[in-house]
Amino acid sequence: MKTVIHMLITLTIIGVISGALLSQLSGWAAPKIAAHRKAETEKAIFLVQPNADSYEKIETVDFELYKVFDENKEAIGYALPYEGNGFQGKIRLMVGVKYDLNELVGLEVLEQVETPGLGTKVTEEPFTSQFNKLIADPNVEWVKGAEPSNPNEIQTITGATISSKAIVQIVNQGLDKLRASLKTGGEL
Amino acid sequence: MSKKATLAREYVKGLWEQNAVFRQVLGMCPTLAVTVSAINGIAMALATTFVLVFSSVIISSIRKLIPSQVRIASYIVVIATFVTIVDLVMKAQFPELSKALGPYIPLIVVNCLILGRQEAFSSKNPVFRSFLDALGMGTGFLVALFLLGGIREIFGNRTLLGLQILPNFYEPWLVMILPAGAFLTLGLMMGFFNTMSQRKKRLEHQTIIQQHLKPQKPALASDGEAN
Repeated sequence: MKTVIHMLITLTIIGVISGALLSQLSGWAAPKIAAHRKAETEKAIFLVQPNADSYEKIETVDFELYKVFDENKEAIGYALPYEGNGFQGKIRLMVGVKYDLNELVGLEVLEQVETPGLGTKVTEEPFTSQFNKLIADPNVEWVKGAEPSNPNEIQTITGATISSKAIVQIVNQGLDKLRASLKTGGEL
Repeated sequence: MSKKATLAREYVKGLWEQNAVFRQVLGMCPTLAVTVSAINGIAMALATTFVLVFSSVIISSIRKLIPSQVRIASYIVVIATFVTIVDLVMKAQFPELSKALGPYIPLIVVNCLILGRQEAFSSKNPVFRSFLDALGMGTGFLVALFLLGGIREIFGNRTLLGLQILPNFYEPWLVMILPAGAFLTLGLMMGFFNTMSQRKKRLEHQTIIQQHLKPQKPALASDGEAN
């Protein structure tokens, strides 16, 4: 009985000390971590919408969406973070699209676990710049091993076809979702 | 390690003789997973060393108060506390690094190097000795991870710590930064270090044998002269 009580007391004391310490630290770290996350999103928004001056988070939809404005406070488009399956795991990207949803302005891959040196090329130039001024009506399409002939086509990367297609798919899914909620919710 | 070991020995043994990675083959999960670049290896090893040193000091100082039935549970709580501290501080101050190391920082909790040192050393030795032991083990881990990460980065990406080492005409071996490269590099390095230590042992044996033979040498020589 004595050992049992001793055991309980020891573990309780250790647990309480550890908990108190961590809650103190967490109080210090939480706002900093939140600030980093915000800064990261902000950076991505201005990367995919180079002409943007300010942005505003849209709260009325059930997914993350940012509306961006130019210097004259005129709405010029949306920045849409979206995620889907890549070659090995999730790809999270942000796509900038014009206000009428028919033309893309930019693309930035935020998180990915693609094959280093092959699949990771989808995060770099010249692949990402293909999405600049790309027509997204009705959908983005891809071609393999040839120069794109239509204004809504991009060329996949040799050796990383699956990753390239995944990006296109995620962009299309995201845009579909945005269009659907615009139809039901009206003006955002 | 006997109780007579000097303080310096407690530190030095972790560097080579009982090196966590190459000799004890402990903590393989972070070793193989994060060493795609030298900087990742260094960060991982520093985080592990921090946790190891603090847990060792705390556990060694409360070792007589913990009933042996709950010692593992207590060790885990202490280790987990320090790991969470590292994780939070890293996320707050070094978000880039924290992103690169991903889930492997929280996984330091189950790194058997740390629990192994607590069970094998800190729970039986005074605070200062435990501190030196932990520091030595951590340094050994750092050396191992830096070597592994450095080699993989040079061959897989032409760079070391972000600086270009190999010329542009060298085509990077992609396999080196893939998981397979970790196994290949680690295997080759372990083979190399085993050969080295066997060679050292053989040389030591030879010197011992020769020392014992020496007193007889004059006798043999005089025999030869007599004949």
